[in-house]
Amino acid sequence: MDVHSALSIEGLTISYLRRRRPLRVIEDLTLSIRPGEAYGLVGESGCGKSTVAMALMRYLPSNAVVDSGRIMFTGEDLLRVDEATLRRWRGSRMAMVYQDPASALNPSMRVGVQIAEVYRQHRGMYKTAAFEAAGAMLEKVRITDPGKVLRRYPHELSGGQQQRIMIAMALSTDPELLVLDEPTTGLDATVEAEVLDLVEQLRSDFDTSILFISHNLGVVGRVCERVGVLYAGRLIEEGPSEELLRQPRHPYTLGLLRCVPRRGMRKDALRLEPIPGSLPPLGADLPGCVYASRCPIALERCHVEPPPPYDTGNGRISRCHYHDEVPAIPLGEQQQQATPPSPPSDGVVLLRVEGLVKTYGTSRASVQAVAGVSFEVRQGEVFGLVGESGSGKTSLARCLSGLVDASAGDVTLEGFKLSAAEHRRNAELRRKVQMIFQNPDTSLNPQHSVRRILGRALRLLAGIKGRREQERRMLDLASSVRLEPRHLQVRPAALSGGLKQRVAIARAFAGEPALVLCDEPVSALDVSVQAAILNLLLDVQTARGVSYLFISHDLNVVRYLADSIGVMYLGQLVDVGPAQAVFDPPHHPYTEALVSAMTTLEDLDDPRPHVKLGGPMPSPSDPPSGCRFHTRCPRFLGDICRNEAPPWQRDGEGHQYRCHIPPGELRELQRTNGASPGEPASRPNGITPPKRTGNQGKKPRNRLP
Amino acid sequence: MTEGRNAPASVVVAEPAPAEPPDRREGFRDLAVAAASSKTFLTGAAILLFWVLMALFWGTVAPYDPQAVDPTASLAPPSAEHWFGTDNLGRDVLSRVLAGASSVLTVAPLGTALGMLGGIAVGLVTGYYRGRVDDVVMRVVDALLAFPLIIIAVLVLSVLGSSKVNVILVIGVVFTPIVARTVRSAVLSEREREYVAAARLRGESGAYIMVSEILPNILSPIAVEATIRLGYAIFTSATLSFLSLGIQEPSPDWGLTISLGRVYLQVAPWMVLFPALALATLVVAVNLVADGLLQAVEE
Repeated sequence: MDVHSALSIEGLTISYLRRRRPLRVIEDLTLSIRPGEAYGLVGESGCGKSTVAMALMRYLPSNAVVDSGRIMFTGEDLLRVDEATLRRWRGSRMAMVYQDPASALNPSMRVGVQIAEVYRQHRGMYKTAAFEAAGAMLEKVRITDPGKVLRRYPHELSGGQQQRIMIAMALSTDPELLVLDEPTTGLDATVEAEVLDLVEQLRSDFDTSILFISHNLGVVGRVCERVGVLYAGRLIEEGPSEELLRQPRHPYTLGLLRCVPRRGMRKDALRLEPIPGSLPPLGADLPGCVYASRCPIALERCHVEPPPPYDTGNGRISRCHYHDEVPAIPLGEQQQQATPPSPPSDGVVLLRVEGLVKTYGTSRASVQAVAGVSFEVRQGEVFGLVGESGSGKTSLARCLSGLVDASAGDVTLEGFKLSAAEHRRNAELRRKVQMIFQNPDTSLNPQHSVRRILGRALRLLAGIKGRREQERRMLDLASSVRLEPRHLQVRPAALSGGLKQRVAIARAFAGEPALVLCDEPVSALDVSVQAAILNLLLDVQTARGVSYLFISHDLNVVRYLADSIGVMYLGQLVDVGPAQAVFDPPHHPYTEALVSAMTTLEDLDDPRPHVKLGGPMPSPSDPPSGCRFHTRCPRFLGDICRNEAPPWQRDGEGHQYRCHIPPGELRELQRTNGASPGEPASRPNGITPPKRTGNQGKKPRNRLP
Repeated sequence: MTEGRNAPASVVVAEPAPAEPPDRREGFRDLAVAAASSKTFLTGAAILLFWVLMALFWGTVAPYDPQAVDPTASLAPPSAEHWFGTDNLGRDVLSRVLAGASSVLTVAPLGTALGMLGGIAVGLVTGYYRGRVDDVVMRVVDALLAFPLIIIAVLVLSVLGSSKVNVILVIGVVFTPIVARTVRSAVLSEREREYVAAARLRGESGAYIMVSEILPNILSPIAVEATIRLGYAIFTSATLSFLSLGIQEPSPDWGLTISLGRVYLQVAPWMVLFPALALATLVVAVNLVADGLLQAVEE
């Protein structure tokens, strides 16, 4: 054992018992973390990252078996110490932060009491002292006004604050090891940025070793010194994070890096490069390299001989027989063939939404999820809709689909009114508006075979009744989403996530739709299959000339895919226009914050200042007066923002945003100084409240005529 | 492995075989497999099977005709000739116990089936449509549930008269609201799933969505509910016979036999003991099956 490591895992092998059959999930895992080092463990779902985390804390479920290996923590084997010692260690010498802070905090206890509990338990402090210590700890995790926050309940805090509190609790005993298990997954981009910043800052304040588990290479690259990549339970590559991300020596790492849209990447220039195939099923018998069946450079040897951990120099390890050839792997053929150019900007308007309002609840306690949204989607266009959770994106899509009745407003499709709920729409309108849902596990009926799912859609949407005709069309449909005929026989459970989503896409396209509402269609999928699905969505879209309303929280994806973008905040559209114009300054301060919170691998080269948003998102049931964004706006001007609803500002080319600051001034501001970090609500220097412009009371419109 | 790979053609070893369709009623089969590996379930199922076989074939197994009166041998204690003794009319208790299974095992399953059908229908409609229908029907259900089961049964049977068919009807009616509750709550969580939204978007009718989309996905809780209900149905039917509101003389029905035998409890306890034991084993068996299923569902 390396004496200099805080934690070292040696040859760890873990299986799960399923119906008395052992399924190997972790195979011969060896890694060590030095004191004060941040180590990132990256992998897709099902690769065993969480099992590693649970093994470290010895929280493994009862059907897990440690077949062999040791976990050495300060000279002792964690897997062999007795329960009493372990209990003392957990929380004091090693601590864990979980994925979802909202469920990890006790909702019925004030956060101060919860943090103080740690001090009382592990430090034997008394009530008052513990409470004071908790306050001091909150200051260290940079929570503003800790005294107030201590007396709050978890639900009164934003996701970012909650995660800060989890981190504060974990750090309160100054542990030697901190395990962060997907600490930012499920949080909005702006909150994610906030938490990552904190982790970075804490690295200098505390001498804690960190194991940072994530599926996102970009996130890990930002925070960690060294990175290990897990695939199917094996550590396939390891090394200093910057080098590893810049020049991976394993084809899988390379594939992961290439399949996400990079900053500035657009669909008309480059195609995404997916990793073919999918993860091997749990417990599969893989005699050779676990990645061989998906690897572009695999040879015969790879299928029979498991690669040992090759030392590739500079503390790097790669489990690839041909690790020297990895940097030379050419971009796939697909990469060069660009998609046909985006639709002409003078396209016919397909969907026009005017003043759409959706209110939930009774008249006494109501929430306006969509508060007067107007925009247009042209034929053959991808309209991207972004915004944090709770901004009303999904409610908007559900109104358009007819799944819920809009409360007010006009929606027209090809000139026909569309406001009616789905059961009042005729077959023609139903066929024209279809939806692809986020999670194919729940959007496909688990009891129906793929044949039945598609057959039913063809029957009702395309009106095909004859069996032979239906069979023919089904095969066409399946091949258009690259499903094979054998996939038709099975139920969704027998398919991988990517294949399931293909079925869902095929279903939406069964009846030649004109508008397909895509509600986060790739966010439930693993990174390696996202690219394939995005490519497919693009292919089908260009082939059939449909329009997409593409909802996503992933700005990289939206930027890659969308022709136009709308940014929603608290039920309102605050920024709308051609994709490029929305992403570049001048844009709404909220868009600015979203863009700056994007985590891309390019940040390694070009660290940008992050715009910090002050405070949590206000509740949509009680939106702030004036500009709804004023409570968090980094460019807050003063009373005008608080009292007056901002006008639409036009910035040429059909781009417009809702703000009191006119385009010229905003451009200057956003070019020069990022937001002043740390003082989110401060007023940027040199701004005079703008004069009221003429278009103030005008009805907001998406595009100039 | 399934999305168009570009590995060289020289690949020798097969890629991990895609999980070939273990298809057809997969969820249900999983449930059956899990249940079959549970000792609780197997014990219950074995006893239940025994009684079902008796109900069907008691004629060939029973040593005597259960109705054959023999005044010379009345109230005889258990012996080699009459293992369970004889009753006040000299009828063989063993034969009567074996034959008695048939009446319980007709009334209880049919009553349960009726209650399940009614409950599933009501549960699906109220759970799927919600709104006013739901409010009204569920309040009626609440009202029904507020009455003790046996009081309703006594009321109805004393009005309609007691017969096998009426007992079945009563059990069915009494069970409907209880089952409806369970089904409704399962439907409530299932209807929020997106496959239901997708079905609505392609214009499926409410009936299709309820029966073809939702129902197959809630069969597990329904199966568990059915076995639990069956246990209660057996109990109810025996109680009603005991109160002589259900099956009438001279049927060898257990509840009825116990009721008739209680007069002789001090001189011939076997007249009550054996049918009571039979009843107990049957109810326990059904509960074991229910427990086994419940565990399997929860796993």
